[in-house]
Amino acid sequence: MRWVGRPLPRYEDPVLLRGRGRYTADLAKGARILRFLRSPVARGRILAVNAPPEVPMITAAVLGDVQPICPRLDRPDYVPVAQPILAQERVTYVGEPIAAVIGDTAAEAEDLAEQVAIEIAAETPVVTLDQALAPGASLVHDLAAQNTLIDARFETAGIAASFATAHHVVEFTFTSGRQSAVPLETRGAVAAFDPATGRVTLSASTQMPHLLRTGIADALGIAESELRVVAPEVGGGFGQKMALIPEYVIVVWAARRLACTVAWIEDRLENLSASFHARDQRLQLRGAFDAEGRLLAIDADVLCNVGAYSNFPATCGVEPLMALADMPGPYRVPEYRARARGIASNTCPMAPYRGVSRPVITAAMERLMDCAAARLGLDALEIRRRNLTSDFPHTSVTGVVHDPGSYREAMEAAARVVDFLQFRARQQAARADGRWLGLGISVFAERTGPGTPAFAARRMVMTPGFERVELAMDPSGFLEARIGSSPHGQGLKTTLAQLIADEIGIAPKQIRVVAGDTDRTPYGWGTFASRSLVIAGGACKLAATTLRERLQSVAGQILEAAASDIEIGNGRAFVRGTDLAVEVRQVARAAYHQSHRFPAIAETGLAAVATYDPYGTFSNACHIAIVAVDIATGQVTIERFVVVEDAGQLINPMIVEGQIHGGVAQGIANALYEKVVYDDAGNLLTGSLADYLVPTMSEIPSVEIHHLATLTEASVTGAKGVGEGGTIGAPAAVLNAVSDALAPFGVGIFEMPITPQRILQLLREAGCKA
Amino acid sequence: MSDKQDVTFTVNGDERKIRVEPRRSLADALREDCGLTGTHLGCEHGICGACTVLVDDQPVRSCLMFAVQAEGARVRTVEGLAAGDKLHPLQQAFWQHHGLQCGFCTPGFLMLAVSILERDPNIAEPELREALSSNLCRCTGYQNILKSVLAAAAEMRK
Repeated sequence: MRWVGRPLPRYEDPVLLRGRGRYTADLAKGARILRFLRSPVARGRILAVNAPPEVPMITAAVLGDVQPICPRLDRPDYVPVAQPILAQERVTYVGEPIAAVIGDTAAEAEDLAEQVAIEIAAETPVVTLDQALAPGASLVHDLAAQNTLIDARFETAGIAASFATAHHVVEFTFTSGRQSAVPLETRGAVAAFDPATGRVTLSASTQMPHLLRTGIADALGIAESELRVVAPEVGGGFGQKMALIPEYVIVVWAARRLACTVAWIEDRLENLSASFHARDQRLQLRGAFDAEGRLLAIDADVLCNVGAYSNFPATCGVEPLMALADMPGPYRVPEYRARARGIASNTCPMAPYRGVSRPVITAAMERLMDCAAARLGLDALEIRRRNLTSDFPHTSVTGVVHDPGSYREAMEAAARVVDFLQFRARQQAARADGRWLGLGISVFAERTGPGTPAFAARRMVMTPGFERVELAMDPSGFLEARIGSSPHGQGLKTTLAQLIADEIGIAPKQIRVVAGDTDRTPYGWGTFASRSLVIAGGACKLAATTLRERLQSVAGQILEAAASDIEIGNGRAFVRGTDLAVEVRQVARAAYHQSHRFPAIAETGLAAVATYDPYGTFSNACHIAIVAVDIATGQVTIERFVVVEDAGQLINPMIVEGQIHGGVAQGIANALYEKVVYDDAGNLLTGSLADYLVPTMSEIPSVEIHHLATLTEASVTGAKGVGEGGTIGAPAAVLNAVSDALAPFGVGIFEMPITPQRILQLLREAGCKA
Repeated sequence: MSDKQDVTFTVNGDERKIRVEPRRSLADALREDCGLTGTHLGCEHGICGACTVLVDDQPVRSCLMFAVQAEGARVRTVEGLAAGDKLHPLQQAFWQHHGLQCGFCTPGFLMLAVSILERDPNIAEPELREALSSNLCRCTGYQNILKSVLAAAAEMRK
């Protein structure tokens, strides 16, 4: 019986379905509740923070030598800035924590907070990219001239010649609105002080418990062993929970200072205003094409509004540097010039969000392809056929190596599924009826499971990449897999159990995957960058191979056969070609309770450890959206959404499809609905879910998914990551589809979200009287 | 504000007497006074629906209702769905059809779906889609939630 490849229902689910899952807020019973006082203005000087004597406050003044958060890149084009744990002299964005109060209940803490008076001399903030870059603009950080925190460049020698000799140059400016990841569970933390040991156990809604331990210990100047970080059930993260935040430092500090349990549960306004944002970008993109529509060169100027501070550990370089390195995507781009800047502003800091830059750069590149196709009189498929790479391994112009994929095959398959030519006929007929249909294609390659080489190339001082796994079988034959990675809804415990089960020859239900507890698991980097299945999965497979060999050795001795003649399957070890067999649980019992018989495993017992640190592997997909645009209302309806994806070997196809469904929904949200809006004074106008429009079941269509499976040797399991692809590909498909629908009016879309108001405005500007 | 009031209601069939401030939301009362943390709070302003429970069989946002308003009411939460070891058909269908990922919105969706199917076991897909649009999910893209509820509806009609 093989478990890999089966749509096994998840082991995670029953407890969640019964309402017995323990999320951070569920652990706060009996805790004292901490409430933050936050800046009501975007920029200014703090004049006073006052409270009546009976309201004790935590302010920067009482924190003493608690260290600020100062994420670093080892590059001369990066300016490190330090984020204070609590603002002391200046405030730099609406929502920045200034002080905290603690009550016995949440209501009491809110009552106390109301008694605190904060006086700030407000100053004119810089909110937008244009304001931040204007000559003479005030500086968010004195060290960062022109508000530029990172200014990275890349240029090949032949760029100017390519543009000079090009038959066609296509260029435009593309903008992406600011988005929030909006996990349904906000951030939160419960810090429990143990008077017996002096240690603190911090339960927090995080994607990276070990990194939190490091970051908090460094900020407080304590040994990491003083702190245990637990990620209980985590209600979604999408990147927003993969950074150290000042709030967690304060909660641990308070638990130690007061020698009690202290909890902070973020409310939704705090989450929307003071948790991380993403995707606030403007690109100027130029593409040089030859007479046949082959790309000769790309020239990109990428501006990212990264907010007031840099995030730890990814830094504010995460979006600009990803754009710089991965802009060419699945295409052959011989010559390339790019400048990518991270610009500080008096807005909430940005952090990685599912897809990181690639939803934006993919949308821009795919718009470029469609614009070039229109210029050359080619169809959307043909222009891509002439430019997609099909020689693997493919080394991009920036030196990124793509392992084998199916870039062109995925597109052709998707075109067949939607019957591209038949659609064109239907589109013509509909136009005659005054109905405006459009088809949009998006082809992309997603770097997944990047190991330390990828992050070292970005010159991160803290270089994520490896994952370690510890396997241990107990005397009853039950296996525990302790992983450093930290899943939060992806079903990783099930998929890893499937992988290990096949490698060892036992059932997945005999395997418990332990994650999210720094006392119980080896140091790891957490779950992000579509990495956990690739890297932790690879480590699981390697460790499981070793453990199987140890079981074979013990079983061989029990059955008086050579270890190499032992096979294990369905929980039994047997001598190949015979009916001599012993149950794995009997093997385990013997290994522990008669250990003197098995000197070969004397040192290790029935345990194995492995570390895996791959270069990374590219998954790929083609998305096709078919939309109808109502030119009277500007409403976009997605009639059909097709994904042909290639994630290599699927471990659990049901889980893979779930990742794509959810990713596409967030991509559609990016394309059509969600936008964080600030006014000129830097006040957040989208501070509730009534204003920040997360789409519902009425807006999100069903997604048709088809799988290709390119064999790759870039990961030991043959699996490629799939967590972010849906989010990366969907915006481009939707924007190309809307542009295709509105092509008769001469309207093309170069911004997202493309809201009904904007569509009507663009139609009006194009002279369309609907 | 702090004068506490007695409230008596039933939760999942058990009578509960609690003493709460008038400003205590039903969600907080369920979570903190009754110890039933399966009801989750996602926004506390009535949009996300994670806190949906049934009050006298009607779905309500328990973050928008005061506990004192539930005096004498019959409240049902996710913890009351399964019959011992036997999952409710909706729970079973969500499990089978991957109708949840992080699980945070799941109790709210389950209770919303219970109320929809109790009212109309034969509800057509477009109406079901519209009704389920009351709640937000960030992980699943809704597709498998819809599939799960349709599957459970078919099962419950048997």
